[in-house]
Amino acid sequence: MAKNVYIAQTNCITPLGFDVDTNIAAISSGKTGISHVNDDKLMPQSFYGAVIDDKALDKAFVKISSGQNYTRLEKMMLLALYPVFKSSGILPDEKTALLVSTTKGNVTSLNDDTGDKPRLDNLAKTIADFFGFVTEPIVVSNACVSGIMAVSVAKRLLQAGMYDHTFVVGGDEVSEFILSGFNSFQAMSDEPCKPYSANRTGVNLGEAAAAALVTINEKNAIAKITGDGSVNDANHISGPSRTGEGLVRSIQSALSEANITSNKIDYISAHGTATPFNDEMEAIAFNRLDLQDVPVNSFKGYYGHTLGASGLLEMVIGLESMRRGELYTSAGYDAPGVSQPINVITENQKKDIAVFLKTASGFGGCNTAVLFEKTGNGRR
Amino acid sequence: MAEDKYISGYCLIENNRVALNSQTVFEAPGLPFVDFAKQAYQHAETGYAKFFKMDNLSKLAFLAADMLLKKEVKEGEENNIALLFANKSSSLDTDVKHQESITDRENYFPSPAVFVYTLPNICMGEISIRHKLYTENSFFIFAQFNAGFFANYTDILMDTGKAEKVLCGWVEYYKDNYKAFMYLVSDSGTIAHTQQNIQKLYTGQ
Repeated sequence: MAKNVYIAQTNCITPLGFDVDTNIAAISSGKTGISHVNDDKLMPQSFYGAVIDDKALDKAFVKISSGQNYTRLEKMMLLALYPVFKSSGILPDEKTALLVSTTKGNVTSLNDDTGDKPRLDNLAKTIADFFGFVTEPIVVSNACVSGIMAVSVAKRLLQAGMYDHTFVVGGDEVSEFILSGFNSFQAMSDEPCKPYSANRTGVNLGEAAAAALVTINEKNAIAKITGDGSVNDANHISGPSRTGEGLVRSIQSALSEANITSNKIDYISAHGTATPFNDEMEAIAFNRLDLQDVPVNSFKGYYGHTLGASGLLEMVIGLESMRRGELYTSAGYDAPGVSQPINVITENQKKDIAVFLKTASGFGGCNTAVLFEKTGNGRR
Repeated sequence: MAEDKYISGYCLIENNRVALNSQTVFEAPGLPFVDFAKQAYQHAETGYAKFFKMDNLSKLAFLAADMLLKKEVKEGEENNIALLFANKSSSLDTDVKHQESITDRENYFPSPAVFVYTLPNICMGEISIRHKLYTENSFFIFAQFNAGFFANYTDILMDTGKAEKVLCGWVEYYKDNYKAFMYLVSDSGTIAHTQQNIQKLYTGQ
């Protein structure tokens, strides 16, 4: 029998707030973190995105450290992990790992003469040193599935007995680097994004950090991680599969491991970037698995696409939905815009969620699906 | 572990040399990587035109994977071969190119064809497409080659039935410094799948 693995403490740093409760309060009142941004350092023309206020970030950061040499992203990630780490009471020994998920890390340092700063192993070491981890940090950099893949990897390492606890922290920033790239793809929406809507016009980019404790200890657990899979589409490096093959197989892999059928799933937090091809691919995949009636939302309408943080952030919010028994509106959704029916959540509602599915998909044809089952105590 | 595992083949590409199972397959000293990669590709008679639009990291990973997979994967057959890759420099070599294309506002030319390669896992996507691998993919970053992690994570993928075989790859490329070390782990072979053996093969011993 494989060991049981749980998710316990979580946290997030987003434009909507610097803890989970503040984020949930914002989401449940329909507030979005996406705004009209005018910042020549980021992009010559204005854009819609979800950015964190520098002053608020610095003000929060001085409460946990007097260190002067941390980058903006490092501050976000340290702030995300700090309360998770402190409240866990876990000592960072040989059986405790740090998993970092990011796509671009400190890419904003690329233009300065900062030596190793843009390197992802350097970012991970900075975080590890701050908390005093003694094991070598593990960085997952697997495009837009990185955040949720990190949770899957953590669970696997714990099941194999390599560690007893893994702290997972994910983060990515809105930068000129990624804005110019997504803009060159003509993938950016010139209004707040509308996942799954007939009126969608593309993605908004956002920034966030999120953190969670993955542990073999059931005490304080919100949920048990019961299955996971990360299967490639083998189709195209930047376009989603037309058949949803990799996503279908990822979910099947998770279901088979959890030993449940798809009709047990109560709620899906999907990827929902609001690009025509991504949303369509997901709708096809969910229909192939008979998941078209399961309530589904995308949190991109609140946070934009936060890249390497997104899967982890959306898991944190999704788990909170499960814990509170509340489903939140998929922001931006108005009219059905995918060729096959899916049950997009259009108003906040109460619902018992025993099984929660988180999915993500990304460039390189990657997909990840992770299943969570509510634990008895369901406390945070 | 439940069943014995073996390293059934391994490939090293460094210093303008391609070696399969310690035998030199191709060598072209003195050439820049792009030219070396082109010649190695032609020598391997791969016939896959998409190769030429890839970035250097993907070319490097593609060449090494092709050495190991072209005999392993048969046309039209499904193979549950997971890809487990890692490196130190992520996609930094291509990141620098994209950054250069946007630094000068007067001469601003970001290209989607470059930008898409500013993620290290794209090379796994290229390999998955080429060999039709609908399989587990994951890309990690470490400060240096981490034989222990490769060994443990491979065991997990195979012991849990997530994969039948695992193609492990350390694919490092930054500013003309490169090294690909790839090996296939399966349930048959002659080299035991141990951390010590992996480390030994990585150093080319």
